[in-house]
Amino acid sequence: MKHLSETVLDVRNQFPIFDHPLPKGQPVTFLDTAASAQKPQTVIDREREVCERYYANAYRGVYRFGAMVDEELEASREAVRKLLGAESRDELAFTAGATMSLNVIANGWGRRHLQPGDEILLSVLEHHANFVPWQQVVAATGAKLRFIPLTPAGELDLSDPELFNNRTRIVAVTGMSNVLGTLPPLAELSQRAHAVGAILVVDAAQSLPHGPIDVVATGIDFLACSGHKLYGPTGVGILYGRKELLAETDPLIFGGHMIDQVHQDHSTWADPPARFEAGTLPIVQAIALRPALEFMESVGYEAMHAHELELTQAAHAQLAEIPGIQIYGPPPERKGSIVSFTMEGAAAEDIAHLLDRKGVFVRHGHHCTMPLHTWLGVPATVRASFGVYNNLDDVQRLADALRYVRQRLKLDT
Amino acid sequence: MNTVGLCTRAAFDQTQGACTLAATELMTLDELYEEFDFLPDWEDRCDFLIDLGMELPKLSSDEKIEPNRVHGCQSMVWLVTELDDSGDEPVLRVRANSDAMIVNGLIAVLLAIYDGKTPREVLDADAAEIFKRLELDRHLSSQRKNGLSGMVTRLRQLAAAAIVDLDQQAN
Ligand SMILES: Cc1ncc(COP(=O)(O)O)c(C=O)c1O
Repeated sequence: MKHLSETVLDVRNQFPIFDHPLPKGQPVTFLDTAASAQKPQTVIDREREVCERYYANAYRGVYRFGAMVDEELEASREAVRKLLGAESRDELAFTAGATMSLNVIANGWGRRHLQPGDEILLSVLEHHANFVPWQQVVAATGAKLRFIPLTPAGELDLSDPELFNNRTRIVAVTGMSNVLGTLPPLAELSQRAHAVGAILVVDAAQSLPHGPIDVVATGIDFLACSGHKLYGPTGVGILYGRKELLAETDPLIFGGHMIDQVHQDHSTWADPPARFEAGTLPIVQAIALRPALEFMESVGYEAMHAHELELTQAAHAQLAEIPGIQIYGPPPERKGSIVSFTMEGAAAEDIAHLLDRKGVFVRHGHHCTMPLHTWLGVPATVRASFGVYNNLDDVQRLADALRYVRQRLKLDT
Repeated sequence: MNTVGLCTRAAFDQTQGACTLAATELMTLDELYEEFDFLPDWEDRCDFLIDLGMELPKLSSDEKIEPNRVHGCQSMVWLVTELDDSGDEPVLRVRANSDAMIVNGLIAVLLAIYDGKTPREVLDADAAEIFKRLELDRHLSSQRKNGLSGMVTRLRQLAAAAIVDLDQQAN
């Protein structure tokens, strides 16, 4: 058996982005996978292949290319079905991304089913994409938002018995915080949601890149994710909805392949998933999602988890040695591979800017989670996030670059 | 002494000493042009901006309050302005701080453009042109540009309001 570090090298070699050093010969230290992951060669090749060999619009033509595109799209949908353990391909629609999927769920199902006084339970961790659509739905329906509070470590505090009550209709939470790395207990949330007759919506944009989720075993009713965070193409995402629920979800966008009949005074919709696939699909991207999922499977989710945990632990240990750094969220063993921090005396913007000089690419700001940053009591954090291609050298370069930040900003004098 | 905008007179009086001192320490536009022409690449210019930022006179903590915040920047920015009519002609005094040094460097450029200028001069200044001349426009992220234009807009509004006020007083 190969040692883990050799496997990592094999994996890294599949990403051509790392073949090209920066202008001064610096290696690329890419620590922003949580924002968007780099693409393996197979994904890049597949996108090219579709364009070069058999591109055509989907679900329209009977000619050879059209049929090949349809077949590939369905193969991709099937790969997603397997990843999620969904019962049927009809429960999976291609969307533009997690944001679009969440908007469909909130507006298509939420607006139709919520009554004044009903409650939607969210966590303080949510990305704006799983927050603002619900805020809008609440304004339109008279329902109310209720928030699951956080423990000091940034995990969900479910101790308040009032959280789940007979007015709760929807529980919408992230599968993994894009800032703290927190992993909410989805199975428990599902059980408690179902016990009061509510549905569970999971924003899996961050969690799915780190391991499969079984929607049936976990009891998830709706799920959203994005291809570009799964080592796949941009512009494509997935909306999963349990069959009965998708059937009672209104479409948000109209036209094209989502239509059944159009009369002068009204129209009817195709069955799901077509109902949620208005207009021309991101064909090339949806097809190239399959090699991305195959890549993740080839690495193996257990190996991936072990590797990412090692990097996260190493980052915690190294950053603890640097004065003034505070890391937010749970310990490495209880979170995904995200390390968000502040450094006393240095603004997040300066840190990110100075790290860039050392070829270390991180994100700074509120990461589309303003309510969470209000809870943290800081205007901005710096976020380093790890993917399968990162290694311990990357962690070392992050730590070295942070020491350089202290020196450049004269924090030690 | 007139105060313009959201800075209280008390706050201005307290810091007046620091304010005059600051004005003498700040670079003029010509000095900035010269310095930038001398620095070969963007990274050196950034370094220079960071150094300028680290030397930027500080606002007091009671000036770093919500009403003085400029929104639209990625980092925190506070802007305090007052109309100083102690000289022959009333001029706009501008002081600003960010928690980010690179932003403080950009603020130093803004101060070189606007601080100590008459309201008319403030309205006549073409910040976009100056940023272009310094090649800052090419290198700034759209977020930073938004933040900067937020500050410029605020200063221009204050200058325009001051002109209306001064005209009314004259009548
Ligand atoms: C937790 C979470 N949800 C939703 C999104 C939105 O994903 P997208 O921009 O691909 O629609 C993100 C992306 O940053 C995220 O981290």
